[in-house]
Amino acid sequence: MSRFVRLAEQERPTVRFRFDGEDLSALVGDTVLTAVLCARDHLRPAEFGSERRAGFCLMGACQDCWLWQEGGARLRACTTPVAEGMRLRSTAPMSWPERSE
Amino acid sequence: MTDVLIVGAGPAGIRAAETLAAAGVKPVVVDEAERGGGQIYRRPPDGFSRPGRKLYGSEAGKAADLHRVFDALVAEGRVRHLPRSSVLGLYRGQAQVLGPDGVESLHHDRLILATGASDRLAPVPGWQSAGVYSLGAAQIALKSQGVAIGRRVVLAGTGPLLTLVAAQYRAAGASVEAVLDTAGLSTQLAGGLRMAAARPRVTARGLAMRARLGGTYRAGVRLDGIDAGAEGELELSWRDGRGGAHRTACDAVAMGWHLRSETALADLAGVPFDWSDTWAQWLPRADEMGRAGGGVYLAGDGLSILGADGAEIAGRLAAIACLADLGLSAPDPLRDLRRMRRMRRFADGIARAFPWPARAVRALPDEAVLCRCEGITAGELRAALPGSGQDANRAKSVTRVGMGRCQGRFCQLAGAEIMAGACGVGPERMGRLRAQPPVRPASIEALAEPRGS
Ligand code: FES
Repeated sequence: MSRFVRLAEQERPTVRFRFDGEDLSALVGDTVLTAVLCARDHLRPAEFGSERRAGFCLMGACQDCWLWQEGGARLRACTTPVAEGMRLRSTAPMSWPERSE
Repeated sequence: MTDVLIVGAGPAGIRAAETLAAAGVKPVVVDEAERGGGQIYRRPPDGFSRPGRKLYGSEAGKAADLHRVFDALVAEGRVRHLPRSSVLGLYRGQAQVLGPDGVESLHHDRLILATGASDRLAPVPGWQSAGVYSLGAAQIALKSQGVAIGRRVVLAGTGPLLTLVAAQYRAAGASVEAVLDTAGLSTQLAGGLRMAAARPRVTARGLAMRARLGGTYRAGVRLDGIDAGAEGELELSWRDGRGGAHRTACDAVAMGWHLRSETALADLAGVPFDWSDTWAQWLPRADEMGRAGGGVYLAGDGLSILGADGAEIAGRLAAIACLADLGLSAPDPLRDLRRMRRMRRFADGIARAFPWPARAVRALPDEAVLCRCEGITAGELRAALPGSGQDANRAKSVTRVGMGRCQGRFCQLAGAEIMAGACGVGPERMGRLRAQPPVRPASIEALAEPRGS
């Protein structure tokens, strides 16, 4: 189930990306956070508790929304625009930390 | 030529840049967004099409003017704009600026900080669950992404933003299940009279907006907790003014208790702070013009929370002070100073009408999470008191409250309040958490290989 609901600006072209091995689509101009939460109800598991996390401030201040790319780099989902072909993960890939950006 | 660095391209930063440019000074403006405007007049990404009237409501004209002014300054080369960039630290006239291409060190003789504010948060049991956001986040989602944070949304806390976000969500077609204000009506009335005396029209607009919310709006509530289900659904438990218990099912909650000044850079710049009882937070010290000493100037919500109109004035005043200190000719500040006093009276009314929920925070159950970053509970902080004493910085090193990835932005006021409650004193007695660089996370690589090194 998705967490976010689109209410406006739906005429934008589509972007395809991968999240935890599943193919999802979003719209050009979406942040990674918007893109994932329009398809899922959370971004990642919490590292210090049993709950899940879905971002909190959406303005780059809380750092709750970091996700992994399959290559190992991390990104802040609320300030990073989604891009065609992105391959994202909710948890660290096996080989981390290769490189962080 | 003197180097002037402005941090923040919201209403304060833009007016400061404009005033400096008009006097022939070319400032550098560092801002985290792609395009100038700040949080309140934030612009959606390219390719979005809603008109300003939809995005900014009654303030659309002001937003358009600020955007136009800033874009022209940048296009004409009268301002150097570093978008998508954050200042990580300040040291001896150098600012470490993290941008899309890495870290750059920028020299400056004068520094104007227009860093704005973010939501002032009080913990509610269960607020660490997915689907709980700040009120500011709810607004950003709608304004700059065209999405609502949930299908059924509950908005809670207090302050002008609570009513505004509720009205914006309803206007956009979102389903707002409840708008729960922890400020009681009599408190709101006392502050509201001061607001109305200072700015009658703005106050009336707020009241009209509130009236349109009808029965979804409740004043004087207590928030008991948020429960998350397995499918991502949420349920908020709350009590009305008479103590009646309610449970509201939803899939997103946004909360905030007015605003908290963003002061980390002012702290790193060596600006002294004072505790403000009215605002229930530490605020940097500056004179009427925003002059903080040592070539540092403060403007906008990062100095005192006067809102967007006050920020425009404060930005001009800070630039005028800077120009005057440089011995350059500057516009006469008298009219702005007079308007500023009115803004202060209005803001003072807001602070009183929509107070920090000190009592609820002090009563937070031991098992409630206080630090969202690392899941540290109110009880853990209380239990550490014998070792930490009445000292927020010591409590931080003992419990890690305030040390997590948000760097205490969303827990430090509540942490001090909980400690103070346990000791039976005021939160100011716990001292102020010192800011630590980098104030935004940066990779070791970016720090180790500065650009041009
Ligand atoms: S949600 Fe707070 S930094 Fe992204």
